[in-house]
Amino acid sequence: MLTGVKSERRKLVRLLSAAALWLAACAAQAALPIQHWTTSSGTRVYFVESRGIPMLDINVDFDAGGRRAPADKAGLAGLTHALVKAGSATHTEEEISRRMADVGAQLGGSVDRDRAGLSLRTLSSERERAQSIATLAEILQAPAFPGAAFAREKARLVDAVKEDETKPDAIASKAFYRLLYGAHPYALAPTPESVLRIQRADVEGYYRANYVAGRAVVTILGDADRALAERIAEQLTAGLPLAPGAPAALPSVSQPSSETLRIAHPASQSHILLGLPAIRRDDPDYFPLLVGNYVLGGGGFVSRLYLEVREKRGYAYSVYSYFLPLAQEGPFQVGLQTKKEQAGEALDRVRIVLDEFLARGPTAAELKAAKQNLVGGFALRIDSNRKLLEQVALIGYYRLPLSWLDDFTARVEKVSVADVRAAFARLVRPDHLVTVVVGSGEK
Amino acid sequence: MFRFLFGLIAAVTAVNAAVAQGAAQERKLANGLRVIVKEDHRAPTVVHMVWYRAGSMDEVSGESGVAHVLEHLMFKATKTVKSGEFSRRIAAAGGRENAFTNRDYTAYFQQVPKAALPLMLQLEADRMSNLLVTEAEFSREIKVVMEERRLRTEDQPHALVSEALNAAAYFAHPYRRPVIGWMNDLENMSYFDARSWYAHWYAPNNAFVVVVGDVKAEEVFALAQKYYGRIKSRPLPERKPQLEPEQRGVRRVVVKAPAELPYLLMGWKCPVLRDVDKDWQPYALEALAGVLDGNESARLNQSLVRNSRIASSVGAGYDATARGPGMCYLDGTPSEGKSAAELETGLRAELARLLEGGVSAEELDRVKAQVVAAQVFKRDSIFGQAMEIGQFETAGLSHRDIDRVLDRIKAVSAEQVLAVAKQYFVDDDLTVVVLEPQPLDLAKPRPAPSGARH
Repeated sequence: MLTGVKSERRKLVRLLSAAALWLAACAAQAALPIQHWTTSSGTRVYFVESRGIPMLDINVDFDAGGRRAPADKAGLAGLTHALVKAGSATHTEEEISRRMADVGAQLGGSVDRDRAGLSLRTLSSERERAQSIATLAEILQAPAFPGAAFAREKARLVDAVKEDETKPDAIASKAFYRLLYGAHPYALAPTPESVLRIQRADVEGYYRANYVAGRAVVTILGDADRALAERIAEQLTAGLPLAPGAPAALPSVSQPSSETLRIAHPASQSHILLGLPAIRRDDPDYFPLLVGNYVLGGGGFVSRLYLEVREKRGYAYSVYSYFLPLAQEGPFQVGLQTKKEQAGEALDRVRIVLDEFLARGPTAAELKAAKQNLVGGFALRIDSNRKLLEQVALIGYYRLPLSWLDDFTARVEKVSVADVRAAFARLVRPDHLVTVVVGSGEK
Repeated sequence: MFRFLFGLIAAVTAVNAAVAQGAAQERKLANGLRVIVKEDHRAPTVVHMVWYRAGSMDEVSGESGVAHVLEHLMFKATKTVKSGEFSRRIAAAGGRENAFTNRDYTAYFQQVPKAALPLMLQLEADRMSNLLVTEAEFSREIKVVMEERRLRTEDQPHALVSEALNAAAYFAHPYRRPVIGWMNDLENMSYFDARSWYAHWYAPNNAFVVVVGDVKAEEVFALAQKYYGRIKSRPLPERKPQLEPEQRGVRRVVVKAPAELPYLLMGWKCPVLRDVDKDWQPYALEALAGVLDGNESARLNQSLVRNSRIASSVGAGYDATARGPGMCYLDGTPSEGKSAAELETGLRAELARLLEGGVSAEELDRVKAQVVAAQVFKRDSIFGQAMEIGQFETAGLSHRDIDRVLDRIKAVSAEQVLAVAKQYFVDDDLTVVVLEPQPLDLAKPRPAPSGARH
């Protein structure tokens, strides 16, 4: 039960921006080279050899995130992901859990709007490695989707969705994405109705269409040599389904009209979100936005939003901004929570800070401070296998240059005040800015 | 949710003998400040922490939350560093920083490129003795803390349940009060309360420093002497034991809040680790928590979530290291259509099954396999290693015993697990809190706090 003042705020930001800009770089100054190849079944592999600790981290990501699910069955991506480990052709769900636990392996995974992936952390010693990787390969290639587990996970998802519908932060986030993305699948969030519509055959179909070799990316980091990494990658991908064809084309993201949505809620605080669709992973202005956002609302306890909203006025415990680059235009988001009685004043202050920043950009001193932190602190982005793996997986999935991490500090250094201003002017246009306030209700 | 302190999650900074990084080293300065350094040269970064043995358990009634409020104020002005300057200098050095307050301690940390370490010691040493607690800073920051309480407790039904559990389980011990403080205490706190807290507890002889990363221990000791060495030690206030009287029967509490599903939290009084060599029950309780909830195939999840589907989620936990009393927990969310009472019956049936049939060697081995692996995995994070040292030390244990503790968990027998289950999971020591969900539209909006400051 940490009651860390600031720790929570930072944790929140990190959660929200799992793949976000703010974390998005890293790499070694003494760069551990990223090796890259393609398996016989067409899966791209990214490997970093790191022998310091006798362990291995493996990520297997698919283009199987929420955007691939049909609108009337929102929740299908998450449900499929949850069920992959619920039993295979040769082992029951319980046996799979035990085979991992018996060797101390940790099986994890995540689903976001683009990606669905499984992750494995295992000891690199022969017995532990062999058993955990074989089990991972088995669930990836031959999930059984047993009927009982399907019924259970579907019911649990409905429970979780209903619970979410009572929470002001979840209500705000869902409404925010709905307004930002309209008919685009990034807007989708599961509802009890959409989950209830999902049948077991939908899960099987979603798996066969999306957990396919040609659209998978394997990232391996740790105590292995190239030959072993190649064998592991083959083992994990050789039996994956083959793509039935190119994935369906997705609509492009269009900009919403500026509006403010208010939703009543009995909580003591209002949860406020502002933003718009902004940045693709391959956007050339990534670095100006990274540096600029550090000044605006990304930089620890020194950003403008932190100083103006929290430090000077005590309006909020948590106030932040970030860009979340995705395959298509991911959101720019500003967020805070404040007691209802002062929600209007706090929102006004956020808008003043944002407008001022959009109009003038950072000062020369702020730009310098941002670069000092981003460049000086670069090593902190890759000082563990866990952090480095996240970075390499992003590079692989989004096909960033292999030199991405090596180039990071130089590209930060090159950013000018004019670059920041131009990038924000192009991507953060006030006439498209959406605001959601959950708590205060109709004004 | 709840975590095993060193069994499976927070555990295990331990160094694997085969791949030794070298043990942590310790030096005590003349003013009583202890400095613990663990070299880890994998990356050119370092984490620096200062832990004060002053947490919410050292507060008195009417002043709950003051330890945490002071933590916020530690980022303001000192006699030599202007307000905001502390964070600006760390940011400019490429660092990340934060702090956390708990029942047993308040701790501050920075993660920085190694060249910035001397600056961290300089800044922390400065605010150890030079902090200015002004009325103006206090009156702004107390609002932030009240927003924090709203965000993390008032509007979080599960946090309200946890708060109620502590308030009900402890009549006398200060663990009854929430770390963040009761809202009314925050509303009536003054800068003077924060100032005297600082004057009482922020002394080198009530603190220790932990440094883990790409450093040489001797160089860190020299830096510590240079920056912290000039701060004078001083007498600390008396700490009264405030021991909790024996519980005489089960306690039950209901919490109503806007939510969809009920939530059940059960806590039994359990011992904590005081003597690494003589105690054995805490190790057995760790293993028990692992058997119940150490992995997805562990008993509670397998039986109540997967098989009977009574629960949407379940958990077990045990706080084995603490300055105060210990507690073992079971918690869970019933599936839709099931009640908290049905879930409680299900959890009790699992305990009964364990008491009747014992635990298998296979289950126990599985728990131990995870302890072994976690010992290796933990080395990936210098921050995690520093946290573990800090938690051991604040609980009155030595960082030198971390490996020993893990070895003893690995030696726990099935009989010992059964014995502690029988001894400690008894109703007379139990407190049960149930969340009764309220519909959103009928839930009364909470009144605005009355005494809020300007």
